[in-house]
Amino acid sequence: MNKNRMYPTWFVFGALLLYGVLYVLPSLMGIGLSFTDWSIYSEELHFVGLKNIQTVFSSDYNYTHALLNTLKFTVVTTLVKNVLGLALAVLMTKQVKLLNFHRAVLYLPCVLSALIVGMIFKSVLNPRDGLLNRTLRALGLDFMALRWLTDSKIAFNSVMAVDIWKGMGYIMTILIAGIMSISPVYYEAARIDGGNAWQCFRHITLPMLTPTLTVTTVLNVLYGLKVFDTVYALTNGGPGHATEVLYTTVFREFSLGRYAVGTTLSSVMAVLMVSAGYFMIRHMVREEGDPA
Amino acid sequence: MKQGMRRTRLLKSIGVNALAWLLSLLLLAPLLLILINSLKDSTAASDMNLALPVSPQWSNYAVVAEKGKLGVTFLNSLCYSVASVLLCTLLSAMASYVLSRNRRKLHRFLYLFIVLGIAMPVNFVTLMTVMQSVRLMNTRTGIILLYTATQTPFNVFLIHSFVSRIPEDIDEAAIIDGASPAGLFVKIVLPLLKPVLVTVMVLTFLNTWNEFVMPLYFLDSSEKWPMTLAVYNFFGMYFKDWNLVCADIVMTSAPVILVYLLGQKYIVSGMTAGAVKG
Repeated sequence: MNKNRMYPTWFVFGALLLYGVLYVLPSLMGIGLSFTDWSIYSEELHFVGLKNIQTVFSSDYNYTHALLNTLKFTVVTTLVKNVLGLALAVLMTKQVKLLNFHRAVLYLPCVLSALIVGMIFKSVLNPRDGLLNRTLRALGLDFMALRWLTDSKIAFNSVMAVDIWKGMGYIMTILIAGIMSISPVYYEAARIDGGNAWQCFRHITLPMLTPTLTVTTVLNVLYGLKVFDTVYALTNGGPGHATEVLYTTVFREFSLGRYAVGTTLSSVMAVLMVSAGYFMIRHMVREEGDPA
Repeated sequence: MKQGMRRTRLLKSIGVNALAWLLSLLLLAPLLLILINSLKDSTAASDMNLALPVSPQWSNYAVVAEKGKLGVTFLNSLCYSVASVLLCTLLSAMASYVLSRNRRKLHRFLYLFIVLGIAMPVNFVTLMTVMQSVRLMNTRTGIILLYTATQTPFNVFLIHSFVSRIPEDIDEAAIIDGASPAGLFVKIVLPLLKPVLVTVMVLTFLNTWNEFVMPLYFLDSSEKWPMTLAVYNFFGMYFKDWNLVCADIVMTSAPVILVYLLGQKYIVSGMTAGAVKG
């Protein structure tokens, strides 16, 4: 039977319609509207050329600060989560008692809502009687008990730390699966040759995990650029604009009715992410291989 | 010599286990903090420490359920999650099945087009205009369709690779036996896709339950809010009563923790698909 009749194309339409109208269309419209003076007050739209782009990248406003923060967040959390996730994965594939319990606990924060995690850490990081400062004072480390979320110098670091706390178990879980798929023959051969633990890690585990680490890195970068929930719940961009990221800014612009700037910021990010993502997706799709 | 080696191994084992416990505690402490304080009275909870409650105040949960309108918000969350899970899983399965089986140029393009959505951020500002013009602003249907649309790319990606592992001979045999294309999909293919569909359903449920940004932008009336948005709002109003806030957090998180414990296996297999070549 003919493939087109056996596998009717209309099967795709439902998914395609919703995805096209509610996901792709707004992104395309957004690029077009970035060149207008669209706002809650505008009755008709006017073409303004590159004015919004100039606004977004001008040093007179805080937008570049938010963009830089987003990039910093992405780079730092991706790096630290990968390193910690790798360390945890190595630990959690060793002879640990109650291994499944520990793995489950380390992954647990990933299934919680980022909004809830943010609320929990608003309490934990409370400068006066939060759990963290209480513990630090009890250990005699009073000088380390800082104003984690209200001191503009360290607030963004605290936000990144909370995100790392929440997300490292995710990387760990993926990497555990990666480590388990490495054939034990390699390690046996290394042991016969007298290799120590570090050499095994450096010359077997790490190279074999590189493809997996590439994927976790890409997923984390995509997540980091889109971050909103954690920041919104912890600081909502404050104190001042210290922890502002791209999507908290978009939300603020949206609430203020300044739609043109909001959509310009979104579009800049969309163009950046889709062009970077394109290569990764092509790679992912190709890996699948053809059944025929 | 031999004894020395045994001792090093013992020390190593103690060290590794101690480290594992230390890490687990680091992750559990904030969560225990919430659980413990949800059972204290307001004064004791204002301290937010890990001391166990003197007498557990189970009534906190009843108070929150009433003050935070948890009945309504729970049903909202349930409605959004269940409807999105069913709709998204069905549409994604249909699409990925055809896109995997028929690899004409158009189909390959459509697959790449849909999967590219994994990398695409949502433009909330223009999405509002679209939602207004299709009259879905501030409606439950709108939220369900949004969750379906945004989760379609990843779900199509997951199911697509699974379909290609089912031999095509099965399809041909079914057609020869007189099955229609739709009958083939529903009666033969869907049951074979069960493992990946369960993964997709679990992940979609967790994502939808935890999400609050769509309602934040597109639901004005609080009686349509899901639990996540409601708990955040409750936190804004009752920030002095941490015991109540904690009880609200516990109840909002309970469903995802339950689904996590039941579906752990499926979550892991979904996450590692694509990332690890097995």
